[in-house]
Amino acid sequence: MIPIQHFLIISALLFSIGLAVAVTKRNAVLILMGIELMLNAVNINLVSFSQYDPNRLQGQMFALFVMVIAAAEVTVALAIILKIYDYFKNLDLDEINQLKK
Amino acid sequence: MLEDFLKNIDYKIVQQIIFFVFGAATIGGALYLLFTKNVLYAAFSLLFTLLGISGLYVFAGADFLAVSQIMIYVGGILVLMIFGIMLTNNKSFQRNNAQANKIIVKHHNRFWAVLVAFLLFLGYLKIILEANFHILGQQMQKGSTVNQIGVNLMTDYVFAFEVIGILLLAALIGAVYIAKKEKA
Repeated sequence: MIPIQHFLIISALLFSIGLAVAVTKRNAVLILMGIELMLNAVNINLVSFSQYDPNRLQGQMFALFVMVIAAAEVTVALAIILKIYDYFKNLDLDEINQLKK
Repeated sequence: MLEDFLKNIDYKIVQQIIFFVFGAATIGGALYLLFTKNVLYAAFSLLFTLLGISGLYVFAGADFLAVSQIMIYVGGILVLMIFGIMLTNNKSFQRNNAQANKIIVKHHNRFWAVLVAFLLFLGYLKIILEANFHILGQQMQKGSTVNQIGVNLMTDYVFAFEVIGILLLAALIGAVYIAKKEKA
């Protein structure tokens, strides 16, 4: 069996990389990808703890709900990104700095 | 010859090697996503990360979640993101047809962000290595989880299940409403 520390270390690494992606990138879609990485890191933690709870599987249920929330978040965020692109013709977040022209 | 070889394999070592291959795919894809400048390559490296994570789910005994990970993330979210990248491609810098139309994005504050993320990782590592898990060595998941998840969804979690269905419907309708072209 794989020790749980291995899952936790991979998940911690993934969370840190996701944070760095969300902070460094200037394109809005890439920032969404960083947020997805962080959500996935949390899911790995939940699932890996859930294997010690075989009768109720609470961690896996929580991970399933996190996945659905992530899907809903991405659809709304991409719709907003398309509108921003229509208006500014650009997705560079350093240039999008006004609420109304 | 081959049968002897197959008999003598230590399956625990094979399992660990496969686990580390999936872990390396996960971390490698994420690192490439951090350091690349091409947006489309970043989307494809996210594909590697998501597939590696679904492999890790299999090792944690979550077969249903591994398949849903592939279907939801790779089949849904990643395709949506690639659509988003392609629909927002600013082609003003492209002079002629022969030029490759890479979508390049710049980074900012890369040094400080990577430093902060690395320190955060060291902090997590210290916590994980020092923690004393009482659950270690207890009984593990055996067999398929699909049955148990189905029973859970219809008993303990039935209210959350219905609410999340309504949330998903509202998010989809809202996204269509936000993204529709206005009559100018």
